[in-house]
Amino acid sequence: MSESGAPFVNEAAREVVLRVAGGTKRFGDLVANDDISLELRRGEVLGLLGENGAGKTTLMSILFGHYVADEGRIEAFGEPLPPGSPRAAIAAGIGMVHQHFTLADNLSVLDNIVLGSEPMWRLRSDLRGAASRLREHSRRFGLDVHPDALIGELSVGERQRVEILKALYRSARILILDEPTAVLTLQETESLFRTLGQMAAQGLSIIFISHKLDEVIAACGRVMVLRAGRVIGERPATGTNASRLAEMIVGHEVPATRRSAATPGEPVFELRGVNAGTGGRDRLHDVDLTVRAREIVGVAGVAGNGQGSLARVAGGHAAPTRGQALLFGEDASRSSASRDARGRVARIPDDRHALGIVSDLALWENAILDTANRRRFARFGIIRRREAKAFAEELIERFDIRCRGPDTPTGLLSGGNMQKLILGRVFSVRPRFIIANQPTRGLDVGAAAYVRKCLLEARDGGAAVLVISEDLDETLSIADRIAVVHRGRLSPPRAAESLTRREIGLLMAGQWDTVRDAR
Amino acid sequence: MSEPLEILLTASFWAAAVRIATPLVFGTLGELVCERAGVLNLGIEGIMTAGAMVGWTSVYMGADLWTGVLLAATCGAVFGALHALLTVPLGLSQHVVGLGVTLLASSLTYFSYRLLLPGASTPPTIEAFQPMSVPGLSELPLVGEALFSQTPMTWLALALILVAAYVLNRTPMGLALRMVGENPQAAEAQGISVNAVRMTAVIVGSALMAIGGAFLTLAAFNSFFFTMVQGRGWVCIALVVFASWRPGKALFGALLYGLFDAYQVRLQHAVAKEIPYQLFLMTPYLLSILALILMSRRATYPQALMKPYRRGERG
Repeated sequence: MSESGAPFVNEAAREVVLRVAGGTKRFGDLVANDDISLELRRGEVLGLLGENGAGKTTLMSILFGHYVADEGRIEAFGEPLPPGSPRAAIAAGIGMVHQHFTLADNLSVLDNIVLGSEPMWRLRSDLRGAASRLREHSRRFGLDVHPDALIGELSVGERQRVEILKALYRSARILILDEPTAVLTLQETESLFRTLGQMAAQGLSIIFISHKLDEVIAACGRVMVLRAGRVIGERPATGTNASRLAEMIVGHEVPATRRSAATPGEPVFELRGVNAGTGGRDRLHDVDLTVRAREIVGVAGVAGNGQGSLARVAGGHAAPTRGQALLFGEDASRSSASRDARGRVARIPDDRHALGIVSDLALWENAILDTANRRRFARFGIIRRREAKAFAEELIERFDIRCRGPDTPTGLLSGGNMQKLILGRVFSVRPRFIIANQPTRGLDVGAAAYVRKCLLEARDGGAAVLVISEDLDETLSIADRIAVVHRGRLSPPRAAESLTRREIGLLMAGQWDTVRDAR
Repeated sequence: MSEPLEILLTASFWAAAVRIATPLVFGTLGELVCERAGVLNLGIEGIMTAGAMVGWTSVYMGADLWTGVLLAATCGAVFGALHALLTVPLGLSQHVVGLGVTLLASSLTYFSYRLLLPGASTPPTIEAFQPMSVPGLSELPLVGEALFSQTPMTWLALALILVAAYVLNRTPMGLALRMVGENPQAAEAQGISVNAVRMTAVIVGSALMAIGGAFLTLAAFNSFFFTMVQGRGWVCIALVVFASWRPGKALFGALLYGLFDAYQVRLQHAVAKEIPYQLFLMTPYLLSILALILMSRRATYPQALMKPYRRGERG
């Protein structure tokens, strides 16, 4: 990762390509951006850090014309940028890679890229010319995709390449990437950083928004921190480190997660020689695993090596095709609904939007969405609204969910606050088995630390916890035992203390024998 | 040979099938254009009724036939503009608005027709489009009459299928239209005005529906009566799904329906009279439902169909 750091010699001598002066944006009472000033130079990678809701995405939306700033001036290449028009932003050479990809699944890569680049009234799209221009860009920046493939068939990493190519195709010279690594695997992230390095070397300027401090330090020349809508400070990436940045972001020192020794009890969840999943890469093969009460078992590994199947089998959403899955000593594949009703199993899904919440419902409705709570807040089949809302308010209070109250549409919450809502719902019924799949994906430092604290507290309260995570530091900091999944096989879990990062890295790459020999 | 099979060998049967399919082609194309842009237009039934009346009345009052078609299209565009205004920038429920437009358009049609012709007890007639024969080709067995001895409006319908397929798949405008129906956020991010594209699509689509209605009064029959459209609009909506939102398949679907319908009419006369004719009337619909089930199981909907788009909101 480190070699991809952008060269930033003579920073001051370079031409300023983008300048924001006094940018302010209010949403009702909330000041999302408060007098923000920013300068971006040619060939520079600028990291933009901040908690969820610190105003990063708002700032970028203003730059790209999705929002109109209430105050302030924006200049691109010395020219004032007309507000509120993505078309003008594109014309000024600004390209945006959105956090939620703006691609149409049913259309081809080429269609997605060509859209909007030709005059509307033209009688014929020049698709052949477009394809050859696209290939040229692909070659120049090492972004390999097939122009005729349908977006729906591509992996997340490939879709991101399409997003970047889309911007480059429109001759972007300033590229804004909004949390580009949140959904990428390690390898995809590294290849993205290589691309960014290449682009900066060729004179493009890049704004890189992320939660992952190490990545920002590795990929950027300069780092800027936002908190509560204001610029808190700016540092050259070489002179700083992750913990100092974390402090700037949160405003106080972030306590390191502390884990007391585990005192494991009886087995709660067991897999015996389990095969699961059909086709594709996401399958399990001959997996053995035991999770006991009062312990956290971490499953590390690169995404797509069987984590999805593991989470589904553990949550009772899929039955093993071979072998046995036992939960509380019973066959786990039998009637998951009745089990959940007793509130004993809790799932924290990896895809919050698809599996965790219903974004059109109000916060309080989501808070009582699971079976256990639905029963608790119903009488004769009628929801007791007042009690349910009071419960939601209690969750908001206890889990520090930032929102306008229990009636807030859940879709308006930030990722971190959605996750807190899910946690609140899960922990309010004191589950005995918790499956947390990528529990802190996309969360900022503060929220992530909070989620880990909750999981540790649940463990100390007697729950068995299975944490599936791509974040190695996370796994090392909270898991008592760690197993690594690679191509559907699970390495035998080992005590966290007995493993080094390097060893886990080797296990993740599938080199189990090397690790065993080293011991 | 038995009589039911002989029907299939008569040239007039095939010609009738194409004639029955023609208004469905216009309507289905219109609906398809709307839905590809992400707007379900349930106003179709009413818009077709209005188009039928406006086309006929124009000609009855002295306009020539093509002006009648043009005025019908304009009338459709006006109702389309109303639908578009309510569903696109205002983002109201497309179901409710669509049914509202159907009720409004049909009632206004009946009302104006009564105002125009208060005394008429039997519907007056006009000089409608006549079938034109292509010399030589129309003499071919079976397909000759079906394809080459039709009114100009049928040829217009066939030409529009080609135009629609070309515009949708080969032009920047068609791409923008498909994109706003698949992922409006993506279109917006590329500098496309989602509202403008959607409104244009609904207006153009509604104009096509109205032409489909006008075909009924200006080519298929030569007068206007109230129950004229008779659910053809709803058939078109099913045909769009049947066609998986593709113009070529829409033509196929409309022709298939035309064949069923033409066949059942002839069968009524051919086979025993003791079978109630209502059973025959049902068959095209039953077969349509069956075909729909078979064809649409793997259909890929436009992803943003029926989802209003508001700027600055995440999808």
